[in-house]
Amino acid sequence: MTGDPVFEFALRMGDNCLVLGQSNSAWCGHAPILEEDIALANVSLDLIGQAKLWLSLAAELQGEDKSADDIAFLRDVREFRNCLLVEQPNGDYAQTLMRQFLFDAWHLPMLTALVRSTNVRISEVAEKSVKEAAYHLERSTDLVIRLGDGNDESRDRMQSALKALWRFTGELTTPDDVDQALQEDQAAPDLDEIAAHYEQYTQRVLREATLVIPDVSGMQIGGKSGLHTEGLGFLLAEMQSLQRMYPGASW
Amino acid sequence: MYAQEVKSTGKGLKTLEEMDPEERAFQEKIDANIKIEPKEWMPEGYRKTLIRQISQHAHSEIVGQLPEGNWITRAPTLDRKAILLAKVQDEAGHGLYLYCAAETLGISRDQMTEQLLSGKAKYSSIFNYPTLTWADIGAIGWLVDGAAIMNQVPIQRCSFGPYSRAMIRVCKEESFHQRQGYDIMMVLAKGTPEQKEMAQDALNRWWWPSLMMFGPPDAESVHSVQSMAWKIKMNTNDELRQKFVDQTVPQAEYLGLKVPDDDLKWNEEKDGYDFGEIDWGEFYEILKGNGPCNKERLGARQKAWSDGEWFREGLMAYSKKRKARKVAAE
Ligand SMILES: [Fe+2]
Ligand SMILES: [Fe+2]
Repeated sequence: MTGDPVFEFALRMGDNCLVLGQSNSAWCGHAPILEEDIALANVSLDLIGQAKLWLSLAAELQGEDKSADDIAFLRDVREFRNCLLVEQPNGDYAQTLMRQFLFDAWHLPMLTALVRSTNVRISEVAEKSVKEAAYHLERSTDLVIRLGDGNDESRDRMQSALKALWRFTGELTTPDDVDQALQEDQAAPDLDEIAAHYEQYTQRVLREATLVIPDVSGMQIGGKSGLHTEGLGFLLAEMQSLQRMYPGASW
Repeated sequence: MYAQEVKSTGKGLKTLEEMDPEERAFQEKIDANIKIEPKEWMPEGYRKTLIRQISQHAHSEIVGQLPEGNWITRAPTLDRKAILLAKVQDEAGHGLYLYCAAETLGISRDQMTEQLLSGKAKYSSIFNYPTLTWADIGAIGWLVDGAAIMNQVPIQRCSFGPYSRAMIRVCKEESFHQRQGYDIMMVLAKGTPEQKEMAQDALNRWWWPSLMMFGPPDAESVHSVQSMAWKIKMNTNDELRQKFVDQTVPQAEYLGLKVPDDDLKWNEEKDGYDFGEIDWGEFYEILKGNGPCNKERLGARQKAWSDGEWFREGLMAYSKKRKARKVAAE
């Protein structure tokens, strides 16, 4: 590991929120029903707000006089630290919802533990974000259950989404040296504990949703260390286009 | 405005003496500024005209999400992204309040959606223009929301209770919409030469379509008289258009941008601006469905609706099952 683990960790948390918020926001105006359009925009807004908190922290720790915007809009794919799950494409609405659920089920216990972080800066951001994450999980859980246990088509779609996305969940709870360094300082939780919680929660919900967790072999990891899937480059190209086209301009 | 083409079904204005007692009592209430509530008696024409007007207004909010939504994923900073997303989300909320207000008149949201998607119902002409640069997002907030406010503030006092109350909620949010748009324009106008050019170009493209938002000239809008007597239209199109020009020209000057109208001139006598001829041909082409983005806008709404069908039906199936399980358990 090179550099400050707290900086790395802030990037990971911030990039998760940024990439997921960015993807979700593309549904605005196109969701299956008006109430859902509004609710998903809320989730996106929360995530973009949280991204700003984490990336501001990262910018500050970096100490190069950069802003959260510099970090969000002027890094390339290999410098992004989000997990692979959040960068998976929107797909149909089932895939968007399932991606949200699989993320929320990790995000909430993570933030809950981070509130008690020995690193004050981390605990401050976690404290500001944890209520929102609890609401996100409540919402995505409810929809996964209702659509999984809905009719044949909704179950099929949710099942395909689960099948496509489950292989990206292992990364969430697979520790690397950044996680270990933070855990030793009690700045971040033991990911094995988060894993146990994650497994138990997702199993219970998915069972109630009548969905089957696919074979766990072949979990994909890499996002946390900057090895991404191909879709992320396109997401960034779109998101960063103005900043790239007009370098140095203020907006 | 957001309801530009509301054909009133009233047949020509009757005097109080010509009305039958029910209708007369109704008109007297309106004249006394007493709100009409959904369960009360109302002339069929009033009900029908209001359904058209409120649903057109609702559809405009919903279709209006699209041109700006087009830039959410490309907003240049985190703050701009959040502000724009919150703004477009508000418009969805406005659509929702308005659909609910229209439902009190005996039409369902599904029926109204069907009318929009089939092309039978109209929405504001303004949303059929493309958003090509980031400055368009500024211009829309400033001009389009600005024009909307001009129209919606008086409707807060309209005679139909649910519509009036929906407008009160909507207007609270609209001033934030206009401010964020003007703020985008301000930053661009004070920015690099390229940014300033972007701002001027956006003003050039959005100015005339914004003036068209108020609808055809008074001489041609034959249905206004009845709607004004019913107090569901509070000002004439030309009145509001004049007010908008008078308010907006100084704002453009403050930005250091030029309003694209060579005939624009202060008229001391009328204490307002004279302005050039609006291309009504362009306006009517758009209403016919031949604007630059009519097909794309309607297509996007149709796609969202048909792609979302499984979602809506899945949720319905679940709630039916749950009810059945509850019954079985009792
Ligand atoms: Fe609105
Ligand atoms: Fe608005």
